[in-house]
Amino acid sequence: MIEQAVAPGVAFQRRGPRSVLTDTWFVFWREMLLPLRDPFSLIFSLIQPLVFLGLFGPLLGAAVGAPAFGGQSTLQWFLPGVVVMIALFGTSMTGSNLQYELMTGSYERILATPLSRSSLMIGRALKEWAPLVVQGLLISIVCIPFGFVFHPLHVLLGLVILGIFGIGLGALSYALALVSQNKEWIFWGVQQTLLFPLMILSGIMLPIEAGPGWMKVASLFNPLTYLVNAERELFSGNIGMDTLGGLVAAVVTAVVGLAVGIRTISRNTN
Amino acid sequence: MIHTNKLTKTFTVKKETVEAVKGVDLDVAPGELVAFLGPNGAGKSTTLRMLTTLLKPTSGSATVAGVDVGKDPAGVRARIGYIGQGNGGGHSYRVVDELIMQGRFHGLNTTDAKARAETLMASLDLADLAKRTVIKLSGGQRRRMDVALGLMHSPGLLFLDEPSTGMDPQNRANLWEHIMRMREEHGTTIVLTTHYMDEADSMSERVIVIDHGTIIADDTASKLKANLAGDLMAVEVAAGSASEVRGLLGRAAAEGDIQENAYDGVVRFQLRLAQGSRLAPGLLKDMHDAGAPAQSLELKPPTLDDVFLELTGRSLREGADV
Repeated sequence: MIEQAVAPGVAFQRRGPRSVLTDTWFVFWREMLLPLRDPFSLIFSLIQPLVFLGLFGPLLGAAVGAPAFGGQSTLQWFLPGVVVMIALFGTSMTGSNLQYELMTGSYERILATPLSRSSLMIGRALKEWAPLVVQGLLISIVCIPFGFVFHPLHVLLGLVILGIFGIGLGALSYALALVSQNKEWIFWGVQQTLLFPLMILSGIMLPIEAGPGWMKVASLFNPLTYLVNAERELFSGNIGMDTLGGLVAAVVTAVVGLAVGIRTISRNTN
Repeated sequence: MIHTNKLTKTFTVKKETVEAVKGVDLDVAPGELVAFLGPNGAGKSTTLRMLTTLLKPTSGSATVAGVDVGKDPAGVRARIGYIGQGNGGGHSYRVVDELIMQGRFHGLNTTDAKARAETLMASLDLADLAKRTVIKLSGGQRRRMDVALGLMHSPGLLFLDEPSTGMDPQNRANLWEHIMRMREEHGTTIVLTTHYMDEADSMSERVIVIDHGTIIADDTASKLKANLAGDLMAVEVAAGSASEVRGLLGRAAAEGDIQENAYDGVVRFQLRLAQGSRLAPGLLKDMHDAGAPAQSLELKPPTLDDVFLELTGRSLREGADV
């Protein structure tokens, strides 16, 4: 009986090679089970961006006037910003799901499995991105009858860049949730305090060129600005310096986010 | 299975250093069933969390299932099962999905994970709940699911942190039945924490009493009780023969107080007596021979709470003053 007990678990003997990649896939897949089991939630989350497109878009066109949009239609200018907004809201809230799991104990249960620490974070951030691809494409198609010119490959590239950015922002949100454990208000306080200034200063809602000089300067220090400019270029069917700038901003955000996130997650756990 | 050397954890809370675990040396052999018993905040869970690599020790070392917790934490996690204080299932997930994912996390392929989930759900009475979301489960069902999650990869060593806290007696008994059956079938080594003394008493073969981050006793429950806490004896005699009885009892109880209460012409003596149940017949005869017969005699075997009281001067009972 004692010999039997010494033998490690069956699974341990059978387990194949592990890597951050397979671990990330498992974490991602667990997160994906939620929208897959309940696909209506995905459609429902499109309502908010559609409200912005349908109710804010026309006002924007009337108030600012077409010249501010570099000759494009209001919709062509505004839609990429709305897609960035979906990504921004989704990934920055990653941590709130985690906070819930921190309270119930399911996060701890997963921490006690051999999954690598970084996969816990990347897998979660990627989960926010996968629905985004579906949402981004859906919302673009919905806009076609209203005069949006759809360049599928450019849009896809734009969504990939957003995905890279989302991994970074998701990781930061994850780290924030870990730091503000048991203090939900800190998480929401910080998230909301940062979200709106970043959003407004990136020119998502209104062209930043219309603002005073100091706002233009401030927007240069906002990684989101480069991302929004890249998406606008791509959604209008071009690839140029703005795209490159957006890619660099996305990669920098991802690297910084992952560095902070992995540091936070491994500070106390082994 | 487990070997620790001066395992220590200190926390800094508001610039004050709190020593949660102070140099714990511990050895657990394969197949043992060990319970950490102690009041809330004694350091039971902190010790468990260090052994399961959820917390980094401040100093000291630990080898768990043959692997050093500091050098290869993922290796430790692959070999152990851990059932924490909270519920392991994500609220919005289906029971069967969570079980299969847990198997995948541990490196099982999909086919094996599915088969293992089926087996566990059948043996833990969860088969009918496979497609139910966790949030719709009752407390007892959730706890059984936690056990299933902890066993998905058939670990040889299982840690349970307060496994039955907050459960009603029926569910507690049910949970223990499952744990014991699994142990019989697979010879699993089990380490658990509890602040229910009756649970530590009846379920585990070895009880480690922890207080203020230190192991203060480590033995089988019956030996702890016999060595540290004797039986509680109460004898009532007529007031007239109190002095003879006082002398007899004083000789029988080498140390310890003898309480005395007089009422309605009767004197009631109360004392703790090691092996009291064996001494009682002789004592009764001696009293009879001395012309001071007992009117009544009560004997109460000790509990682990009495052991804890003897060791620390405090009671383990919840709500007791610390």
